[in-house]
Amino acid sequence: MGEAWKRFKKDRVALVGAIIIATISLAAVFAPLIAPYDPFEQFFEGLTIEGAPRPPDGEFWLGTDLLGRDLFSRLLYGARTSLIIGIAANAAAVLIGTAFGATAGYVGGWVGIAIMRFTDLMMAFPALLLAIALAAILKPSLWIVALVIALVNWVQTARVIYTQTRALVEREFIEAARAAGAAWPRILMVHVLPHLVPHILVWATLGISVTVLLEATLSFLGIGVQPPTPSWGGIIFESQSYFLSAPWLVFFPGISILVVALAFNVVGDGLRDALDPTQRGRD
Amino acid sequence: MLRFLAGRLFQSVFILLGVTIITFGLLFLIPADPVRMIAGRSATPQTVESIRRQLGLDQPIPVQYVRYLANLARGDMGRSYVQKAPVNELIASRLPATLQLMGAAILIQLMIGLPAGIFASTRRNRPSDKAIMVFSFVGISAPQFVVGLLLIYVFAFKFELFPLGGYGGIGHVILPALTLGITVSGWYSRMSRSSMIEVLRQDYIRTARAKGVNEWRVVLVHALRNAILPIIAMIGIDIGLYAQGIVVVEAVFGWPGIGQLAWLAIQRVDIPIIMGVTLVAAVGIVVGNLCADIATSFIDPRVRHS
Amino acid sequence: MLRALIVATIMVAIGFAGAAVQAAPKQGGDMIVTYKDDISTLDPAIGYDWQNWSMIKSLFDGLMDYKPGTTELIPDLAESYTISDDGLTYTFKLRPGVKFHNGRALTSADIKYSIERSVNPATQSPGQGFFWQIAGFEEMTSGKAKELSGITTPDDSTVVIKLSQPDATFLQIVAINFAFAVPREEVEKYGPDFGRNPVGTGAFKMTEWTLGQRVVFERNADYFRKGSPYLDKITFEVGQDPSVALLRLKRGEVDVLGDPIPSANFLQEKADPANAGLIVEGDLLHTGYITMNTTKPPFDNKLVRQAVNMAVNKERVIKIVNGRASVASQPLPPAMPGYDNDYKGYSYDPAKAKQLLAEAGYAEGFETELYAMNTDPNPRIAQSIQQDLAAIGIKAEIKALAQATVIDAGGEGTAPMLWSGGMAWIADYPDPSNFYGPILGCGGAVPGGWNWAKYCNKEIDALAAKADGMASVDQAAARIELWRQIYNKIMDDAPWVPVMNEVRFAMHSARIGGDDIFFADPIHIPVHYEYVYAKDVQ
Repeated sequence: MGEAWKRFKKDRVALVGAIIIATISLAAVFAPLIAPYDPFEQFFEGLTIEGAPRPPDGEFWLGTDLLGRDLFSRLLYGARTSLIIGIAANAAAVLIGTAFGATAGYVGGWVGIAIMRFTDLMMAFPALLLAIALAAILKPSLWIVALVIALVNWVQTARVIYTQTRALVEREFIEAARAAGAAWPRILMVHVLPHLVPHILVWATLGISVTVLLEATLSFLGIGVQPPTPSWGGIIFESQSYFLSAPWLVFFPGISILVVALAFNVVGDGLRDALDPTQRGRD
Repeated sequence: MLRFLAGRLFQSVFILLGVTIITFGLLFLIPADPVRMIAGRSATPQTVESIRRQLGLDQPIPVQYVRYLANLARGDMGRSYVQKAPVNELIASRLPATLQLMGAAILIQLMIGLPAGIFASTRRNRPSDKAIMVFSFVGISAPQFVVGLLLIYVFAFKFELFPLGGYGGIGHVILPALTLGITVSGWYSRMSRSSMIEVLRQDYIRTARAKGVNEWRVVLVHALRNAILPIIAMIGIDIGLYAQGIVVVEAVFGWPGIGQLAWLAIQRVDIPIIMGVTLVAAVGIVVGNLCADIATSFIDPRVRHS
Repeated sequence: MLRALIVATIMVAIGFAGAAVQAAPKQGGDMIVTYKDDISTLDPAIGYDWQNWSMIKSLFDGLMDYKPGTTELIPDLAESYTISDDGLTYTFKLRPGVKFHNGRALTSADIKYSIERSVNPATQSPGQGFFWQIAGFEEMTSGKAKELSGITTPDDSTVVIKLSQPDATFLQIVAINFAFAVPREEVEKYGPDFGRNPVGTGAFKMTEWTLGQRVVFERNADYFRKGSPYLDKITFEVGQDPSVALLRLKRGEVDVLGDPIPSANFLQEKADPANAGLIVEGDLLHTGYITMNTTKPPFDNKLVRQAVNMAVNKERVIKIVNGRASVASQPLPPAMPGYDNDYKGYSYDPAKAKQLLAEAGYAEGFETELYAMNTDPNPRIAQSIQQDLAAIGIKAEIKALAQATVIDAGGEGTAPMLWSGGMAWIADYPDPSNFYGPILGCGGAVPGGWNWAKYCNKEIDALAAKADGMASVDQAAARIELWRQIYNKIMDDAPWVPVMNEVRFAMHSARIGGDDIFFADPIHIPVHYEYVYAKDVQ
């Protein structure tokens, strides 16, 4: 691991990504201290007489949204939504994916075939339609949105872990453990899983960017986190009808989503290179 | 080869069957009653029940599913609850718009992603490679609805180069296709880069270089010739990405394709349309993957046996 | 509020004074109308959305119709009618020489067939319930009878309809789309596709329908009102994004925006002097309201419901929709007969609201849920209401969901509070009774019914039945007065918070003429296609 860290430190792009993630996480945690206003308060003076939002100025740094709320404060709190969902949903997805992938890979046989055919099926499913349908059934809240995303996103991880486990099973030390009479769940936990950790770590990082994007997309379609909880995608959804006259309402949250997704992507990529030099430069 | 093909086809049918089962099951879990949407606000409970009976929606779900499959086998996807028209025709009337958009997006994906990937593979781990890879991550990380809205703002609203949205001539398709194309070409450039790197490692490339063949010739003729098929095949795999993006991009640009059809249908629990669109999308994805598999197996016979 | 009503009335008055003086516009020319969504169906027994409602009216006719631009009933396919003294027998004499678009002459049998078709369960008509008062309705809907025993045709030009009980709204019912005349042979020829191959007697006939692209109407040369309609051709282009359509309208490529002007452009376009006379304002027969489930605590307490009525800042909601609505004080919209000008309703008074809550035993407030549809601007309006409620201690969690899900939650009574935007009631016909039965009466307070407040006041139900029994012409004024009282009593019980009455701002090109009222007709939403004309052929 120490070796890996050294390699990671040399990857400047990934390092910048990590710094960005750290900064945004801090901003999210300390949002109540940083935010100039209550993100939920609809200010009377936050709207013009005709009901249009206010552009950025000294009073509202990034302007107001269509309900007269301070956009900057909402963006800060929106970071919480994005990160919580991003991390929770992806952790769940990686967990499900690893469980299915490792089981299928190790046990093989009918169970393995069944699981892998099921992932084939999920791959053929238009993921966004699936998420929309699930969101309609489960009446979205923060955790439900996370669950929906996890249910859609575990497949990729399952496939990668499956391939890695298949490769591991052939190795001698597994054979040895099996010969020693260890039960398969134990072998899986003690001997197989530790070797999968680098892959899980990489997918856990890369996956967050996918999750953040999916959350934003669901919110943009009006089926994500419920209002008035601030969410970057949700801010754009609410402002869409106004964006030609108030483009900042799309621009700022849009950039936020992009930056967070990008940061997790480059860090994940850096991790992959660092943890597995043989894979360096491959995808 | 034939056996391989038959096997894959057989598998695909099962996958599609699974997709219909899951969609059908999910739709009946949605806490909304399509019959009440059809019957409207003035309907008496008797009217509601009689419509339910006539549509067969009073039957147990497995019975309804079997009926649906039986009709599907005859090529009948049912009629829209809201629009009353046959789902086949509704999808057929909107599919051209979606295919046009996807076609244009694939073109853009090739125009951006392929050269970027090839170039990066020749500059491996150098600053220009790094820069391209970071940019490809920007594409991957950009939310499509934001890209779409910003393109509209800059190119349609500020500079009035393109229409603000809608369907029509070439001018209309460029911005939505760019939106889709930019995001997907991020993946594509990374994929084509690693494909090329794989090929560039091969012995015959070394031989060619050793013989003193011009480096660009090595890359563009010797290497690309062998890398191109799997790179093209990747488009088949990207169909899944497009199926996702199409709902969003069509909503942003008011593009009258099947994504919009699906979105409206979900709002109104118009089950036959949702089923139809999901199925069409799944067929697209499965066929795309199948084509990719076949293409790859031509090059690498080992695939057939794995 | 008062202002809005006066404006509407003046518009009607000017409309008619003006039309009387001017020479009738010349026929000819064409018009292009844009819509975002596909036209769903043009079958009068099926079509029930704001988009096809008016289109169907221009393709088909019923026994009765409305004087253009008003809510006043006039005979249409009927030349005259008589009502028996007991109010139970209506005899309609058909206008001679009316022909369907396929050339066949209309007879009384067609009227009977068409109404029975809507009542027939096999048609799956959403309008079935409107015909409850015709004798034999129960027998036919339960499948015991193949026809309505109450409708007879003594000769080819006479239709006699017997009712099982007097109904003052019956003439409105025969003017509704579901009672429009359709030719049996065409319905049988096309089966379920009749909705895409409509054949009627109306001013226009449909000549082209390209799914997902356009629908074309052409002037019916044989139309029984000579000189009408003015336009030769109307093309409805679908799949047109409203902001694109607006741009095209300004370039002169299209003539009428079927959809509302997009919010982003609205303020700017309204302020633009170039658009003077092109943006027309008119009242819709629409009310946007919040329902409170009166059967479950805490909203089973009248004081709580009244408190909520005082807590909602309606002016702010109007601001959120850029002033495209007026503040509502009662269930009926201002353009509806029976609207009470003197009724002020509950005024915005958070302090009083808090006091009422305390009186009701909720000094600390409570937690509840507010359902709303998940398309803009409804989630925004819900958030504004949420903030108002929070000010008096009510913590309402917003459930912004798909239309069908919200309707289901309202129907099943699982929604404690529901904002009706996007699903709100637009009148089927301009009579106060239309805002009662399904949405405030006991009949609609059943599982699945549209009375989302589950409000059922037996006393008011009896009054409503009494009002609708006042069928003779000399009782009309007393009847409207009774309805006025009914709605005032309902507001005492406060099952709803009436929030706003939508005002429609329609936009048309300079090329198209016609009185403003025809671009904002209360019955023919969005345009009265028969009365607008092309200026370039004048």
